[in-house]
Amino acid sequence: MNALSLNIHAIRAIYRFEMARTRRTLLQSIVSPVLSTSLYFVVFGSAIGPHMNEIAGVSYGAFLVPGLIMLGLLTQSISNASFGIYFPRFVGTIYELLSAPVSPLETVIAYVGAAATKSTLLALITLGTAALFVDLRIDHPFWMVAFLLLTAVTFSLTGFIIGIWADNFEKLQLVPLLIVTPLTFLGGSFYSIDMLPPFWRTVTLFNPVVYLVSGFRWSFYGHSDVPVGISLGMTFVFMLICLAVISWIFRTGYRLKR
Amino acid sequence: MSEAPMIAIEGLSKTYASGFTALKNVSLTIDRGEIFALLGPNGAGKTTLISIVCGLARASGGRVTVGGHDVVTDYRAARSLIGLVPQELTTDAFETVFDTTSFSRGLFGKPPNPAYIEKVLTDLSLIDKRDSRIMTLSGGMKRRVLIAKALSHEPAVLFLDEPTAGVDVELRRDMWRVVRQLRDAGTTIILTTHYLEEAEEMADRIGVINRGELMLVEEKTTLMRRLGGKRLTIELAEPVAAVPDMLAPYGFEISADGRKLVHSYDASGEGSAIAPILAALAGTGLAVKDLGTEESTLEEIFVGLVGGKS
Ligand SMILES: Nc1ncnc2c1ncn2[C@@H]1O[C@H](COP(=O)(O)OP(=O)(O)OP(=O)(O)O)[C@@H](O)[C@H]1O
Ligand SMILES: [Mg+2]
Repeated sequence: MNALSLNIHAIRAIYRFEMARTRRTLLQSIVSPVLSTSLYFVVFGSAIGPHMNEIAGVSYGAFLVPGLIMLGLLTQSISNASFGIYFPRFVGTIYELLSAPVSPLETVIAYVGAAATKSTLLALITLGTAALFVDLRIDHPFWMVAFLLLTAVTFSLTGFIIGIWADNFEKLQLVPLLIVTPLTFLGGSFYSIDMLPPFWRTVTLFNPVVYLVSGFRWSFYGHSDVPVGISLGMTFVFMLICLAVISWIFRTGYRLKR
Repeated sequence: MSEAPMIAIEGLSKTYASGFTALKNVSLTIDRGEIFALLGPNGAGKTTLISIVCGLARASGGRVTVGGHDVVTDYRAARSLIGLVPQELTTDAFETVFDTTSFSRGLFGKPPNPAYIEKVLTDLSLIDKRDSRIMTLSGGMKRRVLIAKALSHEPAVLFLDEPTAGVDVELRRDMWRVVRQLRDAGTTIILTTHYLEEAEEMADRIGVINRGELMLVEEKTTLMRRLGGKRLTIELAEPVAAVPDMLAPYGFEISADGRKLVHSYDASGEGSAIAPILAALAGTGLAVKDLGTEESTLEEIFVGLVGGKS
């Protein structure tokens, strides 16, 4: 094994371990997005939707779908990845990872890969559930998948950072609850930011989620709040920031090594 | 390559973030295939030392190589050689014994080898439990699982941090047997223990650490000889008020109740005075109830060393 080659066996071992954890909790993992998606459609799509105008040429129910999927994807990516690395730290089994010939890159590929796999699967389940309620159209399937994967990876990286930073379960919940959920709700998941007054529109542009939801929605209906190129660029920027933080974590051993 | 020591520790020191200095300029080399026992009281720095070698903690100063590979700059090569059984019982709960052991093998970069995993589980009497979830096992069995995990990737060096703490006599014997098998197969073993009989029984060399300082490193046999005095105890049927004149030249001590006379001597010394003492004893005409000699145990040696400092 030279310096350049990856410890593939280790990546596979961690990935499979994490996916086994997912399988053990499969039912609750699937039930919750299916249930919450259905509820959103019952409340927003069926009860409120008929009283709403079409937005950018699509029904309100259909308009909701990309935002809902993004909401689930962000929440799931963060919670899966943060839990995946926090738990071994909490129970102490992290000793094995730290003593193994595994590089930071391999660690991140395995943990983030597993978390992103799970959240992407759940996003697809949400998409499937939504298709039962509204007529869906996907103009740019390739970009739809690209945004899905990019977002899953980026927010799994964020989750990984949170899982290392957190030193108790409360903190593990704190960031998703206090930052991610508000950003998602205020990020145009349920409305077009064109509907906001100019001042709030500008404020909104500092919200990273806006770019994700906008780009993702464009891949469905060909309409976006901000240019797609900017959405894509911003997503990459967030990803790079996460990668920089993670590389700092491993370089300094922050909260990993004594 | 085979000439180089398996582990070379040079001037290692560790100050924790709290400001506490747990290791002070520790230097130590461990040869291939030897069993090295690290002894020391609670908080001496044993686990800290192991943690730095294995990559769980960062050194504040000094350098460690394993198999000639620096544990920081060439960690991949160094760590591939090492199996670690931690002091604390930290296991997954939901995994099966077989899966968790296979996981460890993969983590250390080895391709799957179910036959080898089964062999390890068999050696550790865990094979009946191969499909049991870890949380259903007893503490002693969990300890074995940790050992199985450490052995899963066929390490050249095995660290056992208090492997037999809280383990029954039978399991302790089992572990000693496994350790001997490993040594016979050429594995280098470093163990820490509070059970001094364990070090005495198992180790080729012994290091004593206290308050972060390595106080002594010695072949076990040399250590026993160097520090291991012997005692001759004469138990009398009737108490005496003082050491009889005829025995006085040999330096006897008398017990408080006057029923025991104790003579300490160096077992390695050529001119042991046992024969003249026995002759003199017969001359005193005292009624002897019993007579015995005992070697000092490692424990006494150890307490002597550490006690002087603290
Ligand atoms: N993370 C830490 N932060 C601060 N101090 C620490 C930390 N870990 C250990 N220490 C201190 O360093 C010293 C050495 O601890 P260590 O665990 O190495 O001892 P030990 O020889 O293994 O003891 P024991 O026989 O009880 O296992 C102790 O005084 C301990 O309190
Ligand atoms: Mg210890």
